[in-house]
Amino acid sequence: MAKDELMNYEKALEMFEVVIGLEVHVELNTKTKMFCGCRNEFGDEPNTNVCPICIALPGALPAVNRTAVESSISIGLALGCEIAPNGRFARKNYFYPDLAKNFQTSQYDEPIAFDGELTVELPSGSVHTVQIERAHMEEDAGKLTHIGGSTGRIQGAEYSLVDYNRAGVPLVEIVTRPVYGAGAEAPELAAAYVRSIREIVKGLGVSDARMERGNVRCDANVSLRPHGQEKLGTRTETKNVNSLRSIERAVRYEIQRQAALLAKGTAIVQETRHWHEDKGATSAGRPKSDADDYRYFPEPDLVPVQPSKELIESLRAKLPEKPADRRKRVQAEWGFADLEFRDVVNADLLDQIEETVKAGAKPQAARKWWTGELARIANSQDKDVTELEISGAHVAELTQLVDAGKLNDRLAREVLTYVLNGEGSPAQIVAARGLEVVSDDGALIAAIDAALAKQPDVLDAIREGRMQAAGAVIGAVMQAMKGSADAGRVRELLIEKANAS
Amino acid sequence: MSELIRKNASELVELLKSGQVSSVELTQAHLDRSAAVDQDVHSYLHQNPETALAAAADIDRRRAAGEQLHELAGLPIAVKDNLTTTDAPTTSGSKILEGWVPPYDSTVVKKIRAAGLPILGKTNLDEFAMGSSTEFSAFGPSRNPWDLTRIPGGSGGGSSSVVASFQAPVAIGSDTGGSIRFPASVTGTVGNKPTYGAVSRYGLIALASSLDQVGPVSRNVLDSALIQDLIAGHDPHDSTSLPESLGSMADAARKLDVKGMRIGVIKELMGEGFQPGVMNRFKESIALLEQAGAEIVEVSCPNFEYAIAAYYLILPAEASSNLAKFDSVRFGLRVAPEGNPTIERVMAATREAGFGPEVKRRIILGTYALSSGSYEHFYGAALKVRTLIQRDFAAAFEKADVLISPTAPTTAFKIGEKLEDPLAMYLNDIATIPANLAGIPGMSIPIGLADEDQLPVGLQLLAPARADARLYQVGAALEKMHEDVWGKRMIDFAPELEVRG
Repeated sequence: MAKDELMNYEKALEMFEVVIGLEVHVELNTKTKMFCGCRNEFGDEPNTNVCPICIALPGALPAVNRTAVESSISIGLALGCEIAPNGRFARKNYFYPDLAKNFQTSQYDEPIAFDGELTVELPSGSVHTVQIERAHMEEDAGKLTHIGGSTGRIQGAEYSLVDYNRAGVPLVEIVTRPVYGAGAEAPELAAAYVRSIREIVKGLGVSDARMERGNVRCDANVSLRPHGQEKLGTRTETKNVNSLRSIERAVRYEIQRQAALLAKGTAIVQETRHWHEDKGATSAGRPKSDADDYRYFPEPDLVPVQPSKELIESLRAKLPEKPADRRKRVQAEWGFADLEFRDVVNADLLDQIEETVKAGAKPQAARKWWTGELARIANSQDKDVTELEISGAHVAELTQLVDAGKLNDRLAREVLTYVLNGEGSPAQIVAARGLEVVSDDGALIAAIDAALAKQPDVLDAIREGRMQAAGAVIGAVMQAMKGSADAGRVRELLIEKANAS
Repeated sequence: MSELIRKNASELVELLKSGQVSSVELTQAHLDRSAAVDQDVHSYLHQNPETALAAAADIDRRRAAGEQLHELAGLPIAVKDNLTTTDAPTTSGSKILEGWVPPYDSTVVKKIRAAGLPILGKTNLDEFAMGSSTEFSAFGPSRNPWDLTRIPGGSGGGSSSVVASFQAPVAIGSDTGGSIRFPASVTGTVGNKPTYGAVSRYGLIALASSLDQVGPVSRNVLDSALIQDLIAGHDPHDSTSLPESLGSMADAARKLDVKGMRIGVIKELMGEGFQPGVMNRFKESIALLEQAGAEIVEVSCPNFEYAIAAYYLILPAEASSNLAKFDSVRFGLRVAPEGNPTIERVMAATREAGFGPEVKRRIILGTYALSSGSYEHFYGAALKVRTLIQRDFAAAFEKADVLISPTAPTTAFKIGEKLEDPLAMYLNDIATIPANLAGIPGMSIPIGLADEDQLPVGLQLLAPARADARLYQVGAALEKMHEDVWGKRMIDFAPELEVRG
């Protein structure tokens, strides 16, 4: 649907109530695959991590990966789910060339975890509790690459290549019950929910949780119904939306698209839809109906998974703190103001800042670099800041070099670009490129910082062009340096600092 | 015919151990026999004399060097062609796998190789073990050595006829509803379907995963015991394999004592529909057991009348899913359709050309039984019957240690006689199917020739799950009683085959 045909978002919400449902697939980071001993590794040469089991040669049989079961239980527990004492696998039968057996070994009526909930906080500060229907274990399919044709899709392709390295990689699919009442914030709620799932699985250490690699994939169900109507509207399922921002955009788009159709009296087709990041739109995929017949039946090659109470309790005891608790804790530890903290959360930078602080940076310095310079660089490269190739340790080292007066802000930003280019750690780069400020400057900068700490308004004043305000700081520095400092240099450094921050 | 190849495996093993015969000699004698008779009998789909002789020579060399060898080392064996072997094609009797050489050995074949048994060849079977006569083999039927115009039973007619025609002392079969026991019954040989899970299914090309079990075929009970002891045991590659050992079958077969044992005669598996000559021999066996001090009791299994109906829902359902992997993408036959070769059309053309009529019949049946709307009426109902049959057995085993029945209602029928009447063919397995549905062990031993046609009659012994040893104990004892009456072995009644080639 063309942009101008979409219904205005506010109008759509006036006319309809939005109901969403989310299915999140989490790829587990186990050493081996779900049902065989092949390496579970992203990015290896195609079809090198394969064996008779995961390419479904005749006679091969699956055996369940114990670690994957434990990871799935941990995810279930972290979502407040009940854990099934007896869970069977089932076969979901359909033909597709990325599915070696032409059935997916999954769980159907006996998921390992069920009936949980997850509380998520939206950027506006509003809080929603999402009901989790189930979390079940299954295996990933292989990866198809369609060759020829313009879209990279199967339609129009001349032929397709299959890489079975991913076939049999363990997945946990987390399914919500319908989510009501988010109103205009439904898109934000969808993204915040997936963000929380990511935090949970990362916190558990059971997934690398990198959306750009497909470690966490979200299918978003959206339906609309007139306010006051009880019956749910027809839903669409937008598949494999690969970033938090895309989730938000895709849900918003579907709301506007469906509202426009409904307003014209056109029925919504129950179907899967594909999200196109470049066009900012979804397009129709396969028609889907509840009558899709996967001929599920219990997997006869596997005995039921029967986790003992002891196992479940030992996994429960190892659960990390809940994301909401963690947020409260770190905000207090770091001393961030509410707005500062919300920016950090919305930029998805909690892990990065935690890592940076752990590596020795001051919390505010860590925040400033991540939400400031690094976010700016990421934005200019049209990336998510979390995708930048830089570790918290490197950022911490950078802040320490600044604190020690070995770098001023300008140099630090320069060093940062070299770190992002993969030239090494900040200290290595400073040494290799000879970027260290003269030691005199270091001492001067320290004295300036000390003076500024007592007169924090001075930098703003300088930025506003009121240079006379600099006098007090220069005076304080001269006094601190017992007159040995060059007042002109102090002035230069002070202006540089004002312009940098 | 070399007298050597008429001997029981237990005797051959002693000759090998004492050095009176070499494995090469023994293997060559069997290969010579195949050259002489297999043109007519057609037990083998594939033989590779070089690899068999090389394995034999290796054992002879190791024995000469004084190495500690497995008890059965050097004894040649034949393997049903639905067990994967890396040095020979594995076709499961299907065109869709013609010429396919697997990259891995089944667990049973691994054990056979590790123990040093030269593999003489791969034996014929109904396509994917679907049938009771080998007439559904894509490579032509095997023939019954007692009468070459008759069927050798199925699906394992290759393994029964190979042993009955002295082309191998022992063979490996698989039994989903009687595929070891029915062929044994009609060829005057012994066959045992072990308790489900006693022998690994890894590398057995699945027919119906919850029913399939690998087992031995031989000319006497002790020989089968030796082979079961070789191939049984837990396999981490097969999650349904039993963790515990079931003890020594050979020890049980050497007891030759049935005093005080309670033998249950299953009321529902005699009388109407059973050939008079079959019933006469069966009654003689009962009398012998009674004379030997066993207590004969009658038991009733009222739900057996639903067994075939349930079996022909569960089996096709599982098979329809197990056979989905035969899609031309990764192995086996690939047929290009006329016109545009899309993946769906290539899959369809391959399956159309590669599967035979019985396989297609069962895939269609199974797909239907699992489809939504049918599931509860068919597959679900069949599972309930399965539970009822298990209860029938549980009740019967309260009264008896071992149950007996004729293995089959009739002796071997003529090739072609039942080909156009699937239901008549299915009825052959009326006595054998319940054991597969319940997962219990079942053995067929020869008990003489039917008066009408002078063809072999088999008696089936059944025991509770894990009590395979009881079958070997009673089976060997009863075999001895019959041999004492006959003054020779059952197989010694078989007519000489014309030697050709």
